[in-house]
Amino acid sequence: MISFLIKRLLQSILVMLTVALIAFALFRYVGDPINNMVGQDTTLEERADLRERLGLDDPFFVQFGRFVVNAAQGEFGISYQHRRPVSELIAERAPATLELSLLSAILAIAIGIPMGVYTAIHRDGWLSRAFMSLSLIGISLPTFLIGILLILLFGVILRWLPTFGRGEVVQLGWWSTGFLTWSGIKALIMPAITLALFQMTLIMRLVRAEMLEVLRTDFVKFGRARGLPDRYIHFKTALKNTMVPVITIIGLQLGAIIAFAIITETVFQWPGMGLMFIQAVREVDIPIMAAYLVMIALIFVIINLIVDMLYYVVDPRLRVDRAATGH
Amino acid sequence: MRSLTKTLTAALLGSAMLAAPASAEEFKFAFQGDAGTMDPHGLFETFTLGFQRNIYEGLVARDGNMAMTGALAESWENTSPKVWTFNLRKGVKFHNGNDFTADDVAFSVERIKTEGSDMKVVAALIDKVKIIDDHTIEFHTPAPNPIMPLQLEIFYIMDKEWSEENKTTEATSVAGGDEGNFANLNANGTGPFKLESRQSGVKTVLVRNDDHWEDIDSNVTKAIFTPIDQDATRVAALISGDVDLAWPIPVQDWNRLESADGVKPLTGPEARTIFLGFNQTDDELKTGGEATKGKNPFKDVRVRQAFMQAIDIEAIKKKIMRGSATPAGLMIAPQINGFTEAQNTRPDHDVAAAKKLMEEAGYGDGFEVTMDCPNDRYVNDEKICQASASMLAKIGVKVNLLAQTKSKYFGKVLAQNEYDTDFFLLGWTPSTFDAHNVLSALMSCRGGEDNIGAFNLGGYCNPKINELTAKVQSETDQDKRQAMIEEAFQIHSDEVGHIPLHQQPLSWGVSDKVDVVQRPDNVFDLRSAVVK
Repeated sequence: MISFLIKRLLQSILVMLTVALIAFALFRYVGDPINNMVGQDTTLEERADLRERLGLDDPFFVQFGRFVVNAAQGEFGISYQHRRPVSELIAERAPATLELSLLSAILAIAIGIPMGVYTAIHRDGWLSRAFMSLSLIGISLPTFLIGILLILLFGVILRWLPTFGRGEVVQLGWWSTGFLTWSGIKALIMPAITLALFQMTLIMRLVRAEMLEVLRTDFVKFGRARGLPDRYIHFKTALKNTMVPVITIIGLQLGAIIAFAIITETVFQWPGMGLMFIQAVREVDIPIMAAYLVMIALIFVIINLIVDMLYYVVDPRLRVDRAATGH
Repeated sequence: MRSLTKTLTAALLGSAMLAAPASAEEFKFAFQGDAGTMDPHGLFETFTLGFQRNIYEGLVARDGNMAMTGALAESWENTSPKVWTFNLRKGVKFHNGNDFTADDVAFSVERIKTEGSDMKVVAALIDKVKIIDDHTIEFHTPAPNPIMPLQLEIFYIMDKEWSEENKTTEATSVAGGDEGNFANLNANGTGPFKLESRQSGVKTVLVRNDDHWEDIDSNVTKAIFTPIDQDATRVAALISGDVDLAWPIPVQDWNRLESADGVKPLTGPEARTIFLGFNQTDDELKTGGEATKGKNPFKDVRVRQAFMQAIDIEAIKKKIMRGSATPAGLMIAPQINGFTEAQNTRPDHDVAAAKKLMEEAGYGDGFEVTMDCPNDRYVNDEKICQASASMLAKIGVKVNLLAQTKSKYFGKVLAQNEYDTDFFLLGWTPSTFDAHNVLSALMSCRGGEDNIGAFNLGGYCNPKINELTAKVQSETDQDKRQAMIEEAFQIHSDEVGHIPLHQQPLSWGVSDKVDVVQRPDNVFDLRSAVVK
């Protein structure tokens, strides 16, 4: 177990370094940050001076090495546009993204699973067909379009919900929450639905496919032959067996929700990390871009690590194999 | 009983009257980006300085029509050719209650010289500061400077004591440690609004400063500013009433605002001139094909003239700018000091004449060139470039358009990349609102000292213009100065140094519930905001 864990950790570190390297290589193609940091009347000497102070003239690997050493100490430098430490900015913006992602994940699961079960059981019902067509929209329409359509309908035409932002937030220590004010909750609705829609349809289709598969298996047929009630077969026998792959996918999708919040946050001007990242790309704010990409990579790596460890715990064969070959 | 009713009525009336001035007038506005910093010396950028001027004030200011007015200085005078004397306003207090004196002005001059400052251009105007008394101060200039007050409009004064207490005596630096960074998020000015809270990139809240010295039009007691990045979201926020003012509004959304209830577009000519420029430095075009092997056609004035006549500016105005651009013949807008209507003419759009000129220059079969263009900097910038390319195709020039985001575009065409461009589109508003800035930055030969020719991307060069520019800088006789400005512009027009296209439109959207004044430099001043 220990050697497996250490091996996994070393692999994770390698993944993180690779991500950082690729990200760093990409920054050279994003553009030049200096002209976004000074006014038009700033002289050429001052521009050159600033470039040097920021170390942008250094060779690629010197810059990269400096970044890795600093990042290992949790130091991501000072944002070019905000002129504040990046770690501080991320801590400030993280609650917005996490609250949105969490609510979206809950929405996706709470609606996606029952819809999947329903469409699997009543395969030819009109409601199932309606759900299936709706899910097609969810899976094929780009997120930003859904967001803009929602804004148009509920923000501009009906005027029920705010068109942008997070509403009033309440500060609980360093965590800012929108759940405690009415305007904060209203502001959450549209972004959460927009972000949840894709995951919801994904979960629904997955549950449906797995469920149909399980319903065809022999033990379900035996159950029916024994005269067990449909309810019992559907929810106790079939759904339980369906959930194993579904839980795996949901776990992995959690990282995706946080990462893909970028688009939703941009459309709704939701003040989270994704919006900050997009703004950073436009202004070539390298410290923020680097920190964000590394952080997202870290989230994925951690989730994968946990999933791997769960497999190890759940699947005894994995342990036996390791023991046999692990000298 | 009757007397009781009377007393009650009186009491009610009294409380109503007391409540009236305290009624909160909230004003919400949105722009596409955030102010870069709250530090008044940290970033020389129009929006940032425009936002800060609600909180901080300079010695002089501009009103809604861009006319100079006194702010922290009541009057000023060119007491000798190299000395400007400012008489400071008495009884002005900073938001923390400290008195404003000449010490604060001298301190602010020192502060803009520090490493993190982006106001070193202003610092360079001042050789020495001499405090005469608490409310009189002299600025000694390195050379006679007739337009110094114009150049000081964006130089805001900070409180010396407050800066020292909070260890922010140096301008906020992006590269350094935390020193000076207190002023990045906090502010203590003399302006009509106080900074209540700020979360950079998210939300900034200003509240009225009741002790402000000036009698302003605004009745706003609280202003909430939010940057909204996406055009569609910004327009939706305005129409739905979530904000009272939003800009910029895409030109193509004007109809939508007009047809919606309770909002309208607010437009006018901006002082920014959009123009095209040519590589006139290299002996061979960098991006040309076979036809220009070993040659640079842009060195020939006939080719430049042909380009100018090939471009149908009226079509660009009508089709791309929805009739809202102001075609330009000069490199400066009518609002700029030095502009003359008589010079603001363009040669007729004439494809036949342009073709003939190309033939005379030996390029009857045309040539190929790459055009550099930003796609997120100016109003419909990429579309203007596309239209220009198709118009130039009619005289045989094959334009390969390279339209990129501003960070990439400027990274390619500016000095740091050795002006890597053959043909480009650029826009310019002189920060001083004086022609000298344009003569110096855009039209003078490159390679001189200071910032001379720094944005002359194509390297257009006529030493006579440099000579005139230097004279314009120090000539104190306004008539002589104007004559020299006109002479320089005439040379530039005759030689087609650049092709001025138009002044782009300002494009704001406002709610019917508020009145605001739109300044031609695209600055919104809360002093003008009235909630109806």
